[in-house]
Amino acid sequence: MANGRKLISTMSFPAASPQSQSESSHKRYFFEKFGITERLLERCLGEALSAGGDYADLYFESVTATSLGVDEQIVKSASQGTSAGCGIRVLSGERTGYAYTDNLSPERLLHAAKTAALIASGPAKQPVQGFTEASVANLYPVPLGGFDLDLAARLELILRIDRAARAYDSRIVQVRASYSEELRRILIAGSDGSFASDTQPLSRLNAFVIAKDGAVTTRGSAGAGGRSGLSQYSGPKSPENLAQEAARGAILQLGAIPAPAGEMEVVLGPGWPGILLHEAVGHGLEADFNRKGTSAFSGLIGRPVASSKVTVVDNGTMAGRRGSLNVDDEGSPTQETVLIENGVLKGYLTDKLSARLMGTANTGSGRRESYQSIPMPRMTNTYMLAGEDEPEDIIRSVKRGLYAPNFGGGQVDITNGKFVFSASEAYLIEDGKITAPVRDATLIGNGPEALKYVSMVGHDLKLDEGIGTCGKNGQSVPVGVGMPTIKLDRMTVGGTGR
Amino acid sequence: MPEAVFQAEKAELDFESLAADIVAMAVKAGASDAEAVVSEGDEFSVNVRMGQVETLTESGSRALGLRVLFGKRSASASTSDFTADGIRQLVEGAVALAKITEEDPFTGLPETGEFGSLPGDLKLYFDDVYSLPAEERINMARWAESSALSYDKRITNSNGASFDASTGRKVLANSRGFVGGYRTSYAGISAVPLAKDENGAMQRDFWFSGARRMADLESPESVGKEAARRTLRRLGARRMPTQQVPIVFAPETARSLIGSIFEAASGDAVWRSASFLAGKLDESIAAAGLTVIDDNTMMLRNGVGGFGTSPFDGEGLPSRRTVVVENGVLRNYLLNTYTARKLGMKSTHNASRGLAGTPGIGAGNLYLEPGTHSPEEIIAAIPNGLYVTGLMGFGTNLVTGDYSRGATGLWIENGQLAHAVEEVTIAGNLVDMLRNVTAIGNDLVFRGPVASPTLRIDGMTLAGA
Repeated sequence: MANGRKLISTMSFPAASPQSQSESSHKRYFFEKFGITERLLERCLGEALSAGGDYADLYFESVTATSLGVDEQIVKSASQGTSAGCGIRVLSGERTGYAYTDNLSPERLLHAAKTAALIASGPAKQPVQGFTEASVANLYPVPLGGFDLDLAARLELILRIDRAARAYDSRIVQVRASYSEELRRILIAGSDGSFASDTQPLSRLNAFVIAKDGAVTTRGSAGAGGRSGLSQYSGPKSPENLAQEAARGAILQLGAIPAPAGEMEVVLGPGWPGILLHEAVGHGLEADFNRKGTSAFSGLIGRPVASSKVTVVDNGTMAGRRGSLNVDDEGSPTQETVLIENGVLKGYLTDKLSARLMGTANTGSGRRESYQSIPMPRMTNTYMLAGEDEPEDIIRSVKRGLYAPNFGGGQVDITNGKFVFSASEAYLIEDGKITAPVRDATLIGNGPEALKYVSMVGHDLKLDEGIGTCGKNGQSVPVGVGMPTIKLDRMTVGGTGR
Repeated sequence: MPEAVFQAEKAELDFESLAADIVAMAVKAGASDAEAVVSEGDEFSVNVRMGQVETLTESGSRALGLRVLFGKRSASASTSDFTADGIRQLVEGAVALAKITEEDPFTGLPETGEFGSLPGDLKLYFDDVYSLPAEERINMARWAESSALSYDKRITNSNGASFDASTGRKVLANSRGFVGGYRTSYAGISAVPLAKDENGAMQRDFWFSGARRMADLESPESVGKEAARRTLRRLGARRMPTQQVPIVFAPETARSLIGSIFEAASGDAVWRSASFLAGKLDESIAAAGLTVIDDNTMMLRNGVGGFGTSPFDGEGLPSRRTVVVENGVLRNYLLNTYTARKLGMKSTHNASRGLAGTPGIGAGNLYLEPGTHSPEEIIAAIPNGLYVTGLMGFGTNLVTGDYSRGATGLWIENGQLAHAVEEVTIAGNLVDMLRNVTAIGNDLVFRGPVASPTLRIDGMTLAGA
C-alpha cells in the first residue's frame, strides 16, 4: 500500500492564508461530493443555537464498506454498502439535543438543526464566525482518493486461509474465511470555531473452522486487522498464520477436559487477554459514569485500585491500530492517557461535555458509532505496561491454577464493578507446568479489587491482533487491548470440574 | 424513475414501486434474479436523569438493499442514497461484485409458488406512538424516574429513565413477482435506578415496558417502582462457595436459554455441524415437559400482533408457526431457503434479511410453553439453590454446548429467597442442562419477541468464593 503521503496540513480555515490552498482531501470530499459549504455549516450552527445553548456541532459521516466471504472453498458472498448522514448536537448545561438526517440537502440539515435546538430555551446565540482546523496526527495514511479496491488481492487473502486451514489437519471439516473493509470519512464543525476532518480506513480478516473427531465437534477462530492497507496481513497476521491459529484452537479443544471451578491462581497470556483491563477498569473510568457517580470507581482518583506493579494506559495515537484515531468523533486530537500508575488511579477518559462539567482536561475520548448516535467517552487502545518478570517464571510459580492465553468477549456492570471475560483457550497449571487444555470457561471478578491481586507482570507486552469491538449503550466502536503475561493470585474460574 | 424518486421525497414515497423498479433495473443489467429491500425508520427518544432532560433525539433514516443472482452466483449492495445516482450505483455495484463470486449450487430465490403474505391486518402498526406532545413524552420518563427515586430512601441515584417511540416500514420485492411491505410501531418506557447500602456499595437494575401501541404500555409509575424493587433486592449481595446446586432461571434470564436452543437448531449451524443439536432431529434432546415454539403469526392477548410477528419472512415466504421442540423431542430445524436446500428439506419461513448480505435465520415470537407450577412453588421445593435474575458475558458455545456465564440473583434457603448473590458463575453443558430441566413455571409473559416462564435446571456448577 502507498504510504507516507501526508494528507492533513495545519491550516486556517476558511481564511485565505497561503496554506488554505492545500485543503485536506477529507474536507474536500464533503464539500465536493455533497455540496457542503462553510456558509452552510455556519447557517446550520446558527440554527442549532437559535434557542440558546452552550455549544453545537455538526458531524458529517460517509462510509463505504466491502466484505467478501469464502465458505466450503467457494467464494459465496460479496457485498458493499454506502451510507452518509449528518448528526447535529446542541449542548445546554447537562442537556443534549440531537437530530440526524441521511439527506444532506441544506433544507434537511437546517431542519435537523432546528430539531436539535429545541433542547435549549433562551435567547439565540451566535456561533463563532470562521473555523480553525487544528494540526493533527497522521496515524493511518490513506492514498488520495482512497484505496484502490483490488478485489482479487483481497479474495486471495481469504482463499489462502481456506487452503491453509484445510491442510492443517484432516479433522478440520469446515472452513470459513471473511474479509471486510471500510473507509469512513468524517467532518466536524463546532460553534466554537473548531473544525476537523479525517479519513479512517479499517479492515479485518477472519478465519473460522470446525473440527470433528468421532462424536466430538469443536470450533476455532482467529482474526487480525487494523487501520492500514493489505500489507499488514503478513507475519503473525498472515492468512496462513490465522488459519493455523484457528485450526490449532479447534484441534486442541477436541481433547479438552472440563475447566476447574472456584477461586485459584490465574495466569493470563500476553495480548488479547488485556480484555481484562477493558472490562475490569476501562469502562469504570469513562467519565460519564463518574460524573454521575454511578461507577464503582467514582471518587477513587488518587487511591490504590491495583498492585503497585500495574500501570494501565489508554492510547489512541498508535499508528495503524484498530483503536487509534487522529481525532475523536468530536474533532479533538486523541492522546495517551494514564489511567492507573503503579497501582494508583490517575484519571478518567473524557469527552467535551464531561470535561466541561467536571472541570478537567478533554482526553479526546468522545466517540460514536455513527452519525445517528450521540458521542460519549470511550476507550481506544487500552493496555498494561510491561513489567520485569520472565513469563516462564510466572508459570513456574503456580502450584495449581489456570493459564489462559486467549479469550472471547467480556462484560462489566459499571455500578457494582463485577466483570466477566470468557476464556476460549486455557490450560491447567500443575506444579509449575502447563498441562491439560480445558473447555471454555468464564472468569469473574470485581473491578476495583481484581488488579490488587496482580503479583507478577511479564516483560512481554503484546497488543491484540486488531479485531476488538466494544459495545456501550447500544453503540459499537472498534478498540484495541494489550497486556504482558500476568499472574493474579486469585480469581474465580467458572468451570464445572474439580 | 430516479428523478421522480428524488422529487417525491417529501411526499409518501411509494416503496413498493421503488423496490420493484430496482429489481427491474438489476434484471435489465443482466441478473437472472434479484431481490430488493427498502427500509425506513423514525425514532424519538428522551432520557431524563435526576429530573432533568439529559438527551433528546428525534430523527429518521432510510436505506436500500439489493441482492442479485447470476445463475448460481450472488452478491449484494446497500445504500442510504435514494437519488438517481445512488440507485444506479447500487445496481452497478451489486452487478460488479457478482462477477467475482463463484457458483454455489444451493443459492437462489425460493420457488415461485412458495411466496405469500399473511392476509388481513396483523395489528403491527399504531400511529399513536407519536401522538403525545413532546412535553408529555418527557413527563412519561420523568414520572418513571421519580417513581423509582421516591420508592425507598436507599435509592440515591439514577442512570435515568427514558421514553422511546419508533416506527418502521419495510418493503421486499423480487424478480419472481413477490412484492410486500408492512409497517411496525413501538413505544417503550424504562428506568435504571441506583441504590446504596449502609457500607456505600452500589447496585443498579432496570425495568421496562414496551408495546406496539400507547394503550398497552404499563404506567411509568409501575415501571419505576418495579425497577426500584429489582435494584433494592440486589443490595447486600454476597459471593457463595463453589458447589453444585439447583439453578432457577427467572423469566428474564430463562429466555436466553430458549434463544440458544433456537440458534443451535437453526439451519446454518446444523448443516455445518456447528451445533450440539446437529443430526438430532426427532431425537429426545430435552426433558419430556419441554416444548419450544416459534410462531411468527401470533397475536397477543390484547389483539395486537406479537413483537416478532410479520406477514412474511425475509425472502417473501408467508409467516408460520413452527414447533421446534415437542415434549423434549427436536421436531424441526429452523430454515431459510438456502439452509433448507443444503439439508434437503423445506424452508420453515424463518429467513431474516438485513440490507446487504445473504439472508440469515431469525426467530419470530419464540417461547417455551408454560408448565403448571407457580414460580413460588418452584422456589419452595429447593433447600439450597440460586435464583438467577441476571446473566453476564458470552460464555455459550453452541458447537460443544459448553455453558459458563456470570450470574447475579438471590440465594434460595429452605424454599425462601434469603439474600442477594453476585460475582459467581454458573456452568454446565447445554446437552445435559436441557435434559435436567426439572420444573417449568406457569408464568409465560411476552415482554419482547423471545419469552420463557421460570425454569429450574439441576446439576449445574456454581463457582464463587
